[in-house]
Amino acid sequence: MLGLAGLLTRRNLIFTLMSIEIMLNASGLAFVGAGARWAQPDGQVMFLFILAMAAAEVSVGLAFVLLFHKRQLALDVDAASEMRG
Amino acid sequence: MTTLFYLAGILAIVATLLAITQRHAVHALLYLIVSLLAVAVEFFVLGAPFVAALEIMIYAGAIMVLFVFVVMMLNIAEHAMEVERGSLKPRNWLGPALLALVLLGELVYCTATTRGTPSLTGVTGPKQVGEALFGNYWIGVELASLLLMAGLVGAFHLGRHRIAKEEKHHVTSTDATRTDTRSDLVHAGSGGTSHAA
Repeated sequence: MLGLAGLLTRRNLIFTLMSIEIMLNASGLAFVGAGARWAQPDGQVMFLFILAMAAAEVSVGLAFVLLFHKRQLALDVDAASEMRG
Repeated sequence: MTTLFYLAGILAIVATLLAITQRHAVHALLYLIVSLLAVAVEFFVLGAPFVAALEIMIYAGAIMVLFVFVVMMLNIAEHAMEVERGSLKPRNWLGPALLALVLLGELVYCTATTRGTPSLTGVTGPKQVGEALFGNYWIGVELASLLLMAGLVGAFHLGRHRIAKEEKHHVTSTDATRTDTRSDLVHAGSGGTSHAA
């Protein structure tokens, strides 16, 4: 059950923000799985915190990506729109 | 129920693998949405229906819409029409549609066979989660609100800088056009007077 969550965490970074989302999601899956294993609601509470953090992180990250893309386009350096990590 | 769990897990892994190996950002987003839906099914089977609903609403609803907006805004700067025509071809949405069809089959199976919430373990409902959240972890709630506030202010700051720059650029361009029209008027007037003379 938890080996599956462990498998989900081992995703490499290509689209950086998307991969961050995937990893946060996998850790949340691990939390919920552990909470279901020991029948405690703490795992779901942790997942709610992870959700709030992911929302904040994604809003700032996407605003930064937009700004970065605008600036790179103004400098005529293309192929910076997809930030491959 | 165990087969349901493992089927959703395999689906999530496959969709995530396809998402991170796609070259085009929109295709990757489609696979990522399917992956999030599969993870929501996992939560449901694990006995966390509240978290599953939140996963669909916030992740697949709000955050993915943000991603799609940003990808669209980045595509506008480039050859937008060509990309749009390409993304309407059926082979691009066939893969996510097939994966989502498997999830739909799971949903139909659940509603056809069982009554109530299907779960491997005991269901931890929203009431217990709320009691734990606002009982033991109230400081965490406060910190999360602080973090969301910081994220809001940060995103607003990054966006405001760009808007101010665009406004300045707009003002200068309108000034330039105004001077252009004035010079045109002057030229026309001088031409007219010369013609009259």
